[in-house]
Amino acid sequence: MSGKTLYDKIWDAHVVQQDEDGTCLLYIDRHLVHEVTSPQAFEGLRLAGRKVRAPGRTIAVPDHNVPTTLDRAKGIENEESRIQVEALDRNARDFGVHYYPVDDVRQGIVHIVGPEQGWTLPGMTVVCGDSHTATHGAFGALAHGIGTSEVEHVLATQTLIQKKSKNMKVEITGQLAPGVTAKDITLSVIGATGTAGGTGYVIEYCGEAIRSLSMEGRMTVCNMAIEGGARAGLIAPDETTFAYVQGRPHAPKGAQFEAALAWWKTLYSDDDAHWDKVVTLRGEDIAPVVTWGTSPEDVLPITAAVPAPADFKGGKVEAAQRALDYMGLKPGQKLTDIAIDTVFIGSCTNGRIEDLRAAAAILKGKKIKDGMRAMVVPGSGLVRAQAEEEGLAQIFLDAGFEWRLAGCSMCLAMNPDQLSPGERCAATSNRNFEGRQGKGGRTHLMSPAMAAAAAITGRLTDVRDLMTEPAQA
Amino acid sequence: MEKFEKLTGIAAPMPLVNIDTDMIIPKQFLKTIKRSGLGVHAFDEMRYLADGTENPDFVLNKPQYREAQILVAGDNFGCGSSREHAPWALADFGVKAVISTSFADIFYNNCFKNGMLPIVLPQEAVDVLMKDAEKGSNARMTVDLENQTVTTSDGESFAFELDPFRKHCLMNGLDDIGLTMEKVTAIDSFESQSAQSRPWV
Repeated sequence: MSGKTLYDKIWDAHVVQQDEDGTCLLYIDRHLVHEVTSPQAFEGLRLAGRKVRAPGRTIAVPDHNVPTTLDRAKGIENEESRIQVEALDRNARDFGVHYYPVDDVRQGIVHIVGPEQGWTLPGMTVVCGDSHTATHGAFGALAHGIGTSEVEHVLATQTLIQKKSKNMKVEITGQLAPGVTAKDITLSVIGATGTAGGTGYVIEYCGEAIRSLSMEGRMTVCNMAIEGGARAGLIAPDETTFAYVQGRPHAPKGAQFEAALAWWKTLYSDDDAHWDKVVTLRGEDIAPVVTWGTSPEDVLPITAAVPAPADFKGGKVEAAQRALDYMGLKPGQKLTDIAIDTVFIGSCTNGRIEDLRAAAAILKGKKIKDGMRAMVVPGSGLVRAQAEEEGLAQIFLDAGFEWRLAGCSMCLAMNPDQLSPGERCAATSNRNFEGRQGKGGRTHLMSPAMAAAAAITGRLTDVRDLMTEPAQA
Repeated sequence: MEKFEKLTGIAAPMPLVNIDTDMIIPKQFLKTIKRSGLGVHAFDEMRYLADGTENPDFVLNKPQYREAQILVAGDNFGCGSSREHAPWALADFGVKAVISTSFADIFYNNCFKNGMLPIVLPQEAVDVLMKDAEKGSNARMTVDLENQTVTTSDGESFAFELDPFRKHCLMNGLDDIGLTMEKVTAIDSFESQSAQSRPWV
């Protein structure tokens, strides 16, 4: 019998009951909740007269709709957004779950708050009505997004009805070159496998280049496992993980920490584990990348040119033509010749302290291009406070960036932070879909350092041309 | 939940690959706190012009497809976010089945919670069904859940795979939460064991 993968081990530790056909009832250790995908679930509980089974394992925070401007204490102008946040306030109170309201300094994007507060721990099952729940896989936790019906199911039963996915290994060997970051890894993997390449799988990212990443970088990598179609992304916990977790408010303390640590150290894939699919990239081959189209798989090194629809096969030919029309680009155009209007640094992909450090390292002592709209939206109130303490906020302000309060902001533009039709944005977020950042808006995804470089030159830019010292994150 | 047994209806062709959840229901319609009424916003950006009038070129606006109950779509349908508003919008529009070569995982799960059947078939089969859908409203396609087949208007039939548990729930209109609540003793016992083995959780 072959050994187990990390996914197998976490799965096995959470099976409450297994039916003959392999359908399992899986126990959920942490349930994260935000205002957009939960109101109908709480309403369902009320209508059925049900309670939240484990309020102590349930953590709620508003993030998608909240304004990020400094005057947000005055309230939310958009009525529907306000109603949705008020509904979360009420539901959190009525059902007694942990809650970080808008005016709490710990408020922020749910996937940044969870790890920051020590709610996310190795070996856990973590779910949220949000596809980027994959982020928490960076801790060696099985974490994935669910729909609202499943949110209600978890609230009521603390379990999910699940069938196991297949095991996929994504190995990044060697080391990254200077100027290449976790974002370039995760985008390059999607570029190689396609947005459906991970469908039906849970991915474990491994290899020397992954091991060398900080927790922030690992969260960036796992965050976009969903863009590759995978149910979840995982990275085996190690000393980097344990050091990050220790001392966080909701992490175990003292003897409990030691007991937890002993188990966490068993959470790795056995040498003889079975993999259903293996993808290997050489760290040295990964370049700073950007997306040119309207799918996260439309990834190219910044040194490349816009492709032609004829470069593709099957349904992708039509999709590529549609993407070029939407993005206002011509085949053969150099990516570095594409002028941009706006820069957005933030999101659950790249809104952590290390992301802000990487962007600030490029921006220090420089100004953004005249007429450029540029904003930094920290992932949480605590990230914002730390960036202010480290002097990063001042670097952004001096360069001409807006320095905002925490939230999802322009990643999905549910709050007032939106692109106008035709406005072209260098974004550190995760999706470049049509209309994602605002109707008609054009999104190019990239790392924080690359977005900072674009802010300075006013066009997509190879960050290596601006680097005085290697960028990190 | 409404039962799904057998459906004969109009199928609309949507050959575009990677139709994402932002296309199916854009974010401005996620601010609702209800499940109902989203059908009018399904495919909003493709379906309506800047002035709010219908885009006559969009497939579901064409007279022959306005009553479509089946979508035949390009690969990786429903990719993107976890928003259940996507199947809510499709269901409210009247769609009961979607056929593609693959679906994004969360969207696929969400369909079953709403009495909707996503059907995965190989490219060759989807190509034939796409051609059949292009014939318009005179060509009715049949989805037979019990026998797990899709049949074109010409009588050409394709068998599809489906998880038996999902099939059972769909055919009987079963509510997952009710089913799981019956296993409460097993959940209780898992929790007490877990409190011993992983007390820090």
